[in-house]
Amino acid sequence: MKRSNAARLLSAALGLALLAAGLARREHLEVLQKAVRVCLECIGIG
Amino acid sequence: MSGMHRDRVRKGRRLSFQRAAQLACAALFNGYAAGFAKGRIFTGPTKMVCVPVLNCYSCPGALGACPIGALQTALGARHHVPFYVLGTLTLFGTALGRAVCGLMCPFGLVQDLLHKIPVPKWTVPRWLDRPARYVKYGVLALLAVGLPALLGLGGGVGDPVFCKYLCPAGTLEGGIPLLLADPALRRAAGLLFGWKTLALLAILALSAAVHRPFCKYLCPLGAFYALFNRFSFYQLRLDQSKCVRCGQCERACPMGVEVTKNIRSSECIRCGKCRAVCPAGAITSGFGDRGEARAEASGRGS
Repeated sequence: MKRSNAARLLSAALGLALLAAGLARREHLEVLQKAVRVCLECIGIG
Repeated sequence: MSGMHRDRVRKGRRLSFQRAAQLACAALFNGYAAGFAKGRIFTGPTKMVCVPVLNCYSCPGALGACPIGALQTALGARHHVPFYVLGTLTLFGTALGRAVCGLMCPFGLVQDLLHKIPVPKWTVPRWLDRPARYVKYGVLALLAVGLPALLGLGGGVGDPVFCKYLCPAGTLEGGIPLLLADPALRRAAGLLFGWKTLALLAILALSAAVHRPFCKYLCPLGAFYALFNRFSFYQLRLDQSKCVRCGQCERACPMGVEVTKNIRSSECIRCGKCRAVCPAGAITSGFGDRGEARAEASGRGS
C-alpha cells in the first residue's frame, strides 16, 4: 500500500511538472491551432 | 401488468452508473450540437484542452482536443517532446487509470451498445487473446509515437499515422458526419477513406460478437492508461474475507480479468460489472487508500 501511495504521488507530481512545462512552452496553443482545423488525415481524406 | 413484472421492467430500464457516466461524457465531450447540423467543427478556446478519451477533434460536436491526435501532431509536425499532452494524460492516468476507458470513452460506449445485439458471442481463445492484448502497446509505440516522430524528422511534416490509417473513432465521429454534410469532402474521399471505413466496419461488426475488441487489442490510449492501473487513485478493491469464491465476477467481466487473483490488472477498465454481480458485496471501488487498508486488514484476518 505504501508503494502504491508513493507511486501515485510521484506520478501525479510528474504529470503536474509535465503539464506546467507544456503550458510554459505554450504548447496548449499549438494543440488549439491543430484542433480548430478539420484534420484531413483523421477523417480519412489524407 | 403484475406488480412484480412492472418492478422488473422498471429495474431493467434503470441506467447503470457506467452507462450514465458514458452518456454524460459523450454529451459533454461532443456538446457542440450545432456542428452536426452545419457540418462544421467547433473552433472555440476549449479546444486547447485535451479530453481524456479517444474523441476525434474533427467530430463536428467535439469541444476538446483528442490527446492521441495532439500527441502525434506535436511529435511529427512540431518536432518536440509534447509535455502538455503527456502531462495531461499522466494526470488522467494517475487519477483514474483505465476507468477512463470503462466509464468515459464514447467509442467504448459504441462497442458496449453493439455487444447488446443478440448474435452468438465469441470468446477469443486464450492462446490468441493473451498475445493479442499486447498489440495495443505496439500500436502506441509504433503508430502513435514512433512513426509520427520518425516521419517528422528532417524538418518535414510527419503524418499522424494512427489517425490516418487506423483510428475508427475519427472515421465514425469525424469522417462520416463531415462527409455527409460537405459535398467537397465527399469528392475528395478516395482509397484511404475506403480503407478507414472498412477498418471501422470490421471493428464495429466484431464488437457485436466480442466485447470491446478495439479496447482489448488496438487502442493506444488504453495501452497508455494501462500503465497506471496498478497504482491509480481510483481503484476496485476485493475484500478477500467476504469473497465466497463463486466466480460470478470473473464470468461477468467483459475484459476477461481474473478478478479474484488480480483485481488491479492492466486490462481492467473499472466498468463495475464485477461489483454489480458480487453476491457478497466483496468488491468496492473508490479513491485513495482507506478502502485498500480496510480490504488488506480483513484479508489478513481471514
